[in-house]
Amino acid sequence: MADFAPDATTSYELLARMALIRRFEEEAGRQYQRAKAGGFLHLAIGEEATIVGTTSVMRDEDYLIGTYRTHGHAIARGTDPKRVMAELFGRVDGTSGGRGGSMHIFDAERRFMGGYGIVGGNLPIAAGLALSADFKGEDAVTVCMFGDGASNAGNFGETMNLAALWSLPILFLVENNLYGMGTSIERHSAQTDLSKKAEGYGIPGHRIDGMDVLAVRESVAEGLRLAREERRPSLIEAFTYRYRGHSAADPEVYRERDEVEEWRQKDPIESFARRCIEAGVLGERELQQVRDKAEETVLAAVEFAEASAEPPLDTLYENLYVLGEDEGWYAVDERSPEPHRGEHEGNMPDAARELAEAGAAYAAQDDGPRPNPATHGDAQEGTEPEVAAEAEEAAD
Amino acid sequence: MAELRMREALRDAMAEEMRRDEAVLVMGEDVAVFQGAFKVTEGLLDEFGERRVRDTPISENTIVGAGVGAAMGGLRPVVELMTVNFSLLALDQIVNHAAAIPYMFNGQARVPMVVRMPGGGGHQLGPTHSHSFEALFLQVPGLLVACPSTPADGKALLKAAIRDDNPVIFIEHESLYGARGEVPEGDDEVLRFGEAAVRRQGSDVTIVGILKMAHTAAEAAQTLADAHGVEAEVIDPRTLRPLDLDTILESVRKTNRAVIVEEGWPHGGVGANLATLITEQAFDHLDAPVQRVTGADVPMPYSRRLEQAAIPHSEHVVKAALAALEGSI
Repeated sequence: MADFAPDATTSYELLARMALIRRFEEEAGRQYQRAKAGGFLHLAIGEEATIVGTTSVMRDEDYLIGTYRTHGHAIARGTDPKRVMAELFGRVDGTSGGRGGSMHIFDAERRFMGGYGIVGGNLPIAAGLALSADFKGEDAVTVCMFGDGASNAGNFGETMNLAALWSLPILFLVENNLYGMGTSIERHSAQTDLSKKAEGYGIPGHRIDGMDVLAVRESVAEGLRLAREERRPSLIEAFTYRYRGHSAADPEVYRERDEVEEWRQKDPIESFARRCIEAGVLGERELQQVRDKAEETVLAAVEFAEASAEPPLDTLYENLYVLGEDEGWYAVDERSPEPHRGEHEGNMPDAARELAEAGAAYAAQDDGPRPNPATHGDAQEGTEPEVAAEAEEAAD
Repeated sequence: MAELRMREALRDAMAEEMRRDEAVLVMGEDVAVFQGAFKVTEGLLDEFGERRVRDTPISENTIVGAGVGAAMGGLRPVVELMTVNFSLLALDQIVNHAAAIPYMFNGQARVPMVVRMPGGGGHQLGPTHSHSFEALFLQVPGLLVACPSTPADGKALLKAAIRDDNPVIFIEHESLYGARGEVPEGDDEVLRFGEAAVRRQGSDVTIVGILKMAHTAAEAAQTLADAHGVEAEVIDPRTLRPLDLDTILESVRKTNRAVIVEEGWPHGGVGANLATLITEQAFDHLDAPVQRVTGADVPMPYSRRLEQAAIPHSEHVVKAALAALEGSI
C-alpha cells in the first residue's frame, strides 16, 4: 500500500471524484433498468481508484483514451455528469448528441478522446495521438487504458511495437479486472502476468494495486514522467475488479459470489475513506459531504437528461462528413423513391425526412424494462429489486 | 503542362502538399528507404526526412489506426497500404473507426487522413495482391472514395484528398503507375471530389468506366465508332463517393443506354450499385437494361492466360454496348 501523502484538499478531491463515479454508475444501472438507457451498459463500479488515480496526476493537455467502460473516465477528466447521463439517455445534450451512447463517450475539450466499442481498437489510435503530440513538439502524453481482454488482440502487439519503435510519449494502463467479458484471465491469456506481455516489444511493465488510489497515482505519475521527459513508453497493470457484470446483460455464471464479496472488502472508496480518517486528513463531516454532493450531482444529472430533447430527425446525417464551403450533402443517400437531388444539397431532402420520421415512430415505447439485446425474447431477468418494486407500484 | 507517369504525378501531389502544409506526413510499409513498393514515394525521404516520411512495421491495422489518431490530433497523414488486399487487415480501423468517429462523436473529432492503396490485376500477382475493392469502400458512409485513371486526375485528386477534412480511400491501379499523361503544373491544380469527366462525347450509348477500365471503355468506344458506326459517350466518375450521378444521368437521358465497366466482382459491385441508381432515377429514359461488364466472379488466378480471362477487355465492353443497342442499329 502506498504511503499516505496527499493533503486534505487532494484527499477530498480524490474521494469526491471516486464517490461521484460510484454513485453515477449505480444510477446509470438503475436508469437502464427503467429503460431510460438502451443498448449495452458497462459499469465500472469497483474500478474507481484506477480511473481517478490515473486522471488525478494527468495534465490538462494530456490525452486520455479508453474502452467501452468509460463513463467514469470522462467524469474523472471533468466532463459534466449531466452530459454523460444525457448521452446514456440518447439525448441531444449528451456528449455525442445521443449518437454514441454509453460505449462512445467523448469530450474533445478535456482531451478525453473516447470511448470505443471495439476491444483493442483504441490502441493504435492512442499511438497516433501520441505521434501527433510528438510530431508537433508538444509535451502532451497519451494515456491509453484498456482491459485484460484487449491484451490478446493483434492490435496490442502491433501498437506496443510501434510505440517502442518510434519512442512515443504514451503510457499504457491495463485495467485488469480478471475477466474478458465472462472468460477469466486464466482461460483467456497464456501469460497471466500482463505486465510482462509487452516486454518483448521493448516496453517494460509493472503491476500495481488498482484498488489503491494512491498507489495508482504514484505509478501513473512515474509513467507520465517517463513518457514526457524520456519518451519511454511503459505499461502498468492495475489489478481491479468490477462488482457488477460485464454489462447489464450478464448473468455472472462464471464467478462465485464469494469472490465478489472478497473484492468488496478491498473497496477503493471505503478503504481510502478509512485511511483519510485514520490519518486525520478528513473527518466524518467531510465524508458525509462527499456522499451528499455525489447524490445531489447525480440526481441533477438524471433530471437534466430527462429534460433534454430527443435528437431532431434532420440531424440524422449531421457530422457524417465535414463539408466544405460549397459542398453539401456528401452522404449521397439514394434511398428510394426520392429522385436524385445532387450531392450539393445542404439539407435533408423531403423523402429522406419522411423515411426517417416513419422509422422514428418505432422508437416510441411504453415505460418499463427495455428488451435487452442479449436476452430479448427471454423472460425479463435481472431487474433490480428497487426498480421491480417501483414497477409493481406503478402497475397497481 | 508536363508529361508525367502516374507514379510521378502522385509523388508530386504528396511533395507539393508536404511543402504547403507542415502537418502532412507520409507513412506506410517501405515508403521511405525503399521508396515505395511501387516507387510512388520516391524521393520523399530525401526531401522531407524521417520525421515526415516514416517506414512502418507490417501492421496494417495499427498503421491505419495510428493515422486515425494522428489525424484526430491535428495532423494530415497520408497512409500507404501496399495493396488493396492488405487493407482488409485494416478494415477495423477504416470502417469502425476512421469512418465512424466524426459521426459517433458528433463532430468533436475529425479524421483528415488519406489511405492510398493500389489494386487491380494484370501482373500475375494472384489471389492475394490483385483485387478491386472499390465497391467495398464505396459502401461505407463516412468515407470518400477516389479512383483516378489519369496522371492529371491522380495528382489533382490526391492533393484534394490531402486537403479534405474527411477520411479518403484513394485507390490506385497497379497497371496505371507507368501510364503517361499531360499534367498541369502548379500548386493549385486541385480537383473537386464528385466531378465526373466526360472523356468522349456520343449520342448512342453511355459507357461508365473506372480506374483502368476508364481506358478500356475509351478503347471500346473507338472500336464502336470505327467498326459499328456507334457513337459512345465515355464517362469516368473519378470519385465514387461523392458520385457525380448528375453527369451520368444527363448522359443516359441523351443516349438512353448505359454500360458500366469495372474490374471488381459482379455481386454488390460498383456497376450493380450504379445500375440501380440509373434504373431508379432514369427508368423512363432507358431503352434497354443497363449492362454491366465486371471481373470474373473468382479470386484472381495467377496464370497469365487465366488472369487475362478474368479481367474485362474492350471486346467485352463492345459486346455489352451492342447488346444494349440491339434492335436499334
